[in-house]
Amino acid sequence: MSEGTAGAGPVSADASAAASDSGAALEPVIGLEIHVQLATATKMFCGCELSFGQPPNTRTCPVCLGLPGSLPVANERAVHFGLMIGLALGSQLAPRSIFHRKNYFYPDLPKGYQISQYDEPLCLGGRLGEVRIHRVHLEEDAAKLIHVGESGRIHGSDTSVVDFNRGGTPLAEIVTEPDLRSPEQASEWLRLLRATLRQLGVSDVNMEEGSLRCDANISLRPAGSEELGVKTELKNMNSFRFIERGIRAEIERQREIIESGDTVVQETLHFDPTTRSAGGGAGAITSLRSKEQAHDYRYFPEPDLLPVAIDEAMRQAAREAMSELPAQRAERYRRELKLSADSAQLLAFRSELGDYFEAAHAAHADPSPPAQALANWISGDLAARLGDGEDPAASRVQAPALAALVGLVAAKRVSVGAGRQVLDKLVAEGGEDPAAIVEAQGLASLGGEDELGAIVAAALAANADAAERVRAGNEKAIGPIVGAVMRETKGRADGTEVTRLVHEQLGI
Amino acid sequence: MLDLSASAAIAEIEAGDLSAAELFAFYRRRAAEHGGDVEGGGLNCLTWVAEGVADASDGPLAGVPLAVKDLFCTKGVPSQSGSHILQGYRPPYTATAVKRLETAGATLLAKANQDEFAMGSSNENSAFGPALNPWDRGRVPGGSSGGSAAAVAAGLAPWALGTDTGGSIRQPAAMCGIVGLKPTYGAISRYGMIAFASSLDQAGPLTRDVTDAALLLKHMIGRDRCDATSLQFPQEIERPRAERLDGVRLGVPAELQNPGADFAGAEVEPSVRAAFDRALALAQELGASVQEVHLPHAAHALSAYYILSSSEASSNLARFDGVRYGVRATDSTGLLDMYTRTRHDGFGAEVKRRIMLGTYALSSGYYDAYYGRAQRVRTKIAEDFRTAFADVDLIVTPTSANVAFALGEKTADPWSMYLSDFFTVPMSLAGIPAISIPCGLSESSDAVGPHGGGLPVGLQIAGPAFSENRLLDAAHALEQAIGFPEGRARV
Amino acid sequence: MIERDEVLHVARLARLALSDEEIEPMARELSAVLDHVAKIGELSLDDVAPTLHVVEVTGALRPDEPRPSLPREVAFEQAPEVGDEGFLVPSPQA
Ligand SMILES: [Mg+2]
Ligand SMILES: [Zn+2]
Repeated sequence: MSEGTAGAGPVSADASAAASDSGAALEPVIGLEIHVQLATATKMFCGCELSFGQPPNTRTCPVCLGLPGSLPVANERAVHFGLMIGLALGSQLAPRSIFHRKNYFYPDLPKGYQISQYDEPLCLGGRLGEVRIHRVHLEEDAAKLIHVGESGRIHGSDTSVVDFNRGGTPLAEIVTEPDLRSPEQASEWLRLLRATLRQLGVSDVNMEEGSLRCDANISLRPAGSEELGVKTELKNMNSFRFIERGIRAEIERQREIIESGDTVVQETLHFDPTTRSAGGGAGAITSLRSKEQAHDYRYFPEPDLLPVAIDEAMRQAAREAMSELPAQRAERYRRELKLSADSAQLLAFRSELGDYFEAAHAAHADPSPPAQALANWISGDLAARLGDGEDPAASRVQAPALAALVGLVAAKRVSVGAGRQVLDKLVAEGGEDPAAIVEAQGLASLGGEDELGAIVAAALAANADAAERVRAGNEKAIGPIVGAVMRETKGRADGTEVTRLVHEQLGI
Repeated sequence: MLDLSASAAIAEIEAGDLSAAELFAFYRRRAAEHGGDVEGGGLNCLTWVAEGVADASDGPLAGVPLAVKDLFCTKGVPSQSGSHILQGYRPPYTATAVKRLETAGATLLAKANQDEFAMGSSNENSAFGPALNPWDRGRVPGGSSGGSAAAVAAGLAPWALGTDTGGSIRQPAAMCGIVGLKPTYGAISRYGMIAFASSLDQAGPLTRDVTDAALLLKHMIGRDRCDATSLQFPQEIERPRAERLDGVRLGVPAELQNPGADFAGAEVEPSVRAAFDRALALAQELGASVQEVHLPHAAHALSAYYILSSSEASSNLARFDGVRYGVRATDSTGLLDMYTRTRHDGFGAEVKRRIMLGTYALSSGYYDAYYGRAQRVRTKIAEDFRTAFADVDLIVTPTSANVAFALGEKTADPWSMYLSDFFTVPMSLAGIPAISIPCGLSESSDAVGPHGGGLPVGLQIAGPAFSENRLLDAAHALEQAIGFPEGRARV
Repeated sequence: MIERDEVLHVARLARLALSDEEIEPMARELSAVLDHVAKIGELSLDDVAPTLHVVEVTGALRPDEPRPSLPREVAFEQAPEVGDEGFLVPSPQA
C-alpha cells in the first residue's frame, strides 16, 4: 500500500485531457514500491522463527496470532538491516523512528491492524543509480490466505484457509520517486536494487518465493510536461519478466483510454500473467476495486511500542556491517582496474559475473591477462556460451583456467579464433590447463615469423589478382588472402599478424 | 482467619501457626459460597473459582490465595474480560504480572468480575451481569475492577489484582472501602492483560491495607522483555512504616474541587466532602502542610481521556473478529457478514459505543481535531503535574465525587457514568502513581448502608512518577490515623 | 449531531453490524459524548507537542533470538473453525 508519494504527487485531472487534445506524445511515469522480506532469524515483533516451507501454522505464538493480551517487541536486527538498506541507498537515517498502526480488517491480519511506519520512517530520501528514493520503512508481513472454494465446512459460503507462519515476517518497504520512464528501465533498475540487497545480505531477494515483491505506480503525461497524470497502482508482479510485461500492458491500457478522450481512474490493479488481455496480448489487468475498497486506515502511533532512537552506535554498527555495494564495485573496477564504464557496470551489477571476474583476476595466470580482456571474455564469450543468467562459478569453466586462456590469447600465443575453440572445450569438459588443450589440438599460434611468412607468401602467389587490388589500395580485397592463410594454418594464425605480413610483403 | 490481612497471614504461615493449604481451603469455600451469581445469593463478583487444593507454595507470598481480574490471561483458566465475545476462552499463556506473583508464592484462587473490556465505572457492563457492593447489595461496587474490589471487601479473597485505565482500581476500591493502587505507567508489565487502552492500562493491587498493597506491588514490578513499555523500577518497594507526615507538603487542586459549569455532575457530594476534609485535618495533625495547587488543564482530562482511550480501544478490539478465538456468528453469508455480526453479537452496548467513538475520532478528517488534540492536552496535563510537584510532595483529592451509587442509576446517561472518573483520570493521563485509601464513611442520609454509619469514602493520593514508596508511606500513616472500620462489609 | 449516514460509515469501518433500531440511539449517544469532549477544541494548544509516550524510555528492542512457537493444536484449540492445517474463514472473494 502506498504511504509515499511515488507515482504521482497531487493528481492532476488535466494532464491526461491536455494530452489527448494536443496529440502530444505520451510519456510513462513510473514509481516502484518494493517489499523486501528481511533475513532475520525471528519475526518482526515476536520470537517465532521465520518459516521456510514449514507445515502451516507451526510458527506462531500469542503475539503473531494476535491473541488477547499479547504485545509486540521490535526486532533489533530488523532495525539494523533497515539502517543498512538506508545507508546503501544514500538515505537519511532518522534520529528517531516511530511505528504506527494501520487499521483494517482482513483474515490475514490477526490484530486488525498492521504495525507499519507512517510519518517518521526509518530512512528518508536517497538515490540508487538514476532513481531517487522516497523512503524506506519497516513493517510486518501479512499471513497467507488460501482460497479453497466451497469446502462445505463453513455453511453457505466459500472458504479460505489462513496460515499464520508468514504473518509477522519483517519487511522493509522501499518507495521510489516516480523517476522511471519505461518498463525495461524499471526491471533493469529493480535488478540493480536486488543486487544491492543481496550484496548487503539483508534478504534472500527471491521474487518467485515472495521475499522481494514489487508494485508499480504508473501514469502517463504529455512528453515534456512537469505535471503528473492520474496514477494506477499495479500489484502482483512476481518476476522481472512480469514486471516489464505488466507495466507495458498498463501503459498501453492508459494510452488507449487517454487517446479515446477518456480519463484514467485512480485505482489498484492486478496483473495476471496467465491470462490474455482484451487486446490479445499476454496478461490481463483487472481492477481490485470493489465496495470494500473505501479504505480509511486510521493511522495512529502504536502505543505498545516506544519510538526507536537511532543512536551513533546503531549507525556505526550498520556502517561496519556493509560490504561493498554494486555502485562502489563498478567505481573500483573503473578506477583500479581501468575497466571501461560499461564493463565495470555490467560486472558489478551482475554480481555473479563480478565475483567470477575477481576470482579469475586473482588467479595470477602466466602470461597474465589484462583486466579489460578478461572482462570482455567473461561478459562476452563465456556468458554467451553459458546462457542467460547462469552463474559461471557453477559451470565447468574454472576461473583460473579462463584466466590462463585469456593470458595466452593476449600474449598472442593463441589466436582469438583458436581461443574460442579452447573455451568450447572448457565449457563442455572442464579442465585445468588450457595450454594442454592448445597443445593437444595443435592450436598454438604459428611460432616464428618465418614459418607464417612463407605461408603468407604462398597465399599471395595463389591469389595474385587479390594481391594486386590490395596493393592498389582496396583493403577489402585482403579477405581471400587471409582466408587462405587461415585454411592453411587451421585458424592458428593471428589475423592481425597475417594482415601485417601481407602489407609488408606487398611493400605497403 | 478472616481478620488476617495477607501480610499477617504470611507472618502466621512463616511462624508455623497457619498452613497455606488451610488458608486456601478457607478462602476457596468462601469464594465459592458468596462469590457466585446473585440468584444463588452471591455477590456475582467472581467468575471462576479454583477447584481442589492448591499445591504447597514456596516464596515470600507463602501460598496466600489471590483473586485476579478476569482480563488477566491465565493459562488454561477462563479469561474473557467480562465479554460475551470471549465466552469460554482459555488462553495458552499466563500474564506476566500473575506469573510473577505465582513465582513469588501466590496461588490463584479466583477470577474476578469486571466491566466488559474494563470499560465502565460500575461493573454493570459485564457479560456476567453486575457485581454487587458488599456494603449495600443495591449499589454498584464501582468499576471496572468491581469484582476484585467487592471480593476483597467481602472477605472472599485476601487480596486481588485489578487494572486501572482511568480509575478502574481506585474508584472501586473507594466504593468498597479498601485500598487500591495504580502504579506509575510501565511499572508492571501489561503482557497478558487483555488490552483496553494501551497507553493508559496499568495493573495494580486491591487490598485490605496499605502494607498488603506494597507487598503485592513489590513482586509485580520490573522490566519484562515481553512488554516494550515496561520499565526497570528505580528502587525496591519497601514495606511502608511511616506513622507521621512531618514536613510532607500536600496539594489540593483547585480545579478539581470546583470543576465549573461544564462539568455539572462532578461536584463533590457533601458527605464525601466532609470525609475528605476530616482526612486533611488528620493529615495536618500528623505534621503535613496543606496548600492549594493548580492543575489548569485537569478539568479537560476527562474529554482527552475518552477520546484517547476509545481510539486505542477501537484498534485493540479489532482482533476480536471470530477467526482465531472467541464466539463466531453462525450461518454467515460471507466474510463481511461474519465480521459484522460476530462483533455485533459479541460486544455489549458500552463497548460498541466506545468502538464507534474511537473509530470516528481516528477517521479521516477527524484525527487532528480529536486524537491529535487530546494527545496535546495530555502533554499539558503532565506538565501541570510537574509544575505542581515543584511546590508539593503529593496531591490529594477525593477518589470519587460520590459514594457507591444505586444499580441502574447512571446506565441511561453515558456521560454521567464517565464523570465517576473525574478525579482519577488526570493521573492516568500523566502516567503517575495514585492510591485510594478509605478515609471514612459518609454521613448523609441518602448514602447510609444497611450497616448504618454510611458508605465508604475514598481519599486519592498521587505523587510524581516512581514515587510509590513515598506514596505508600504517606498512605500508611494516614491509614493508621483514620482507623477505617474495614471489616464491616464482610459476608 | 452525527448523521445516520456517518454512523453507518463508522460502523462499517469498525465492522459492527447495527440493526435499524440501534442506529438512532447510537447517533444520539455519540453526539452527546462528542459535545462534551469537543470542549478541548477551545484550548489553545498550537505550540504543544502531542504525547507519544507518557514516561520517557529507550532501549526496548528485542534481540533477534528464536523462542519456541506454539504447537499447532494449541494454536487451533480456541478457534471457531479449523481445517487440518489452517483457520477457516468465509472467503473474502465470495
Ligand atoms: Mg507496506
Ligand atoms: Zn510469533
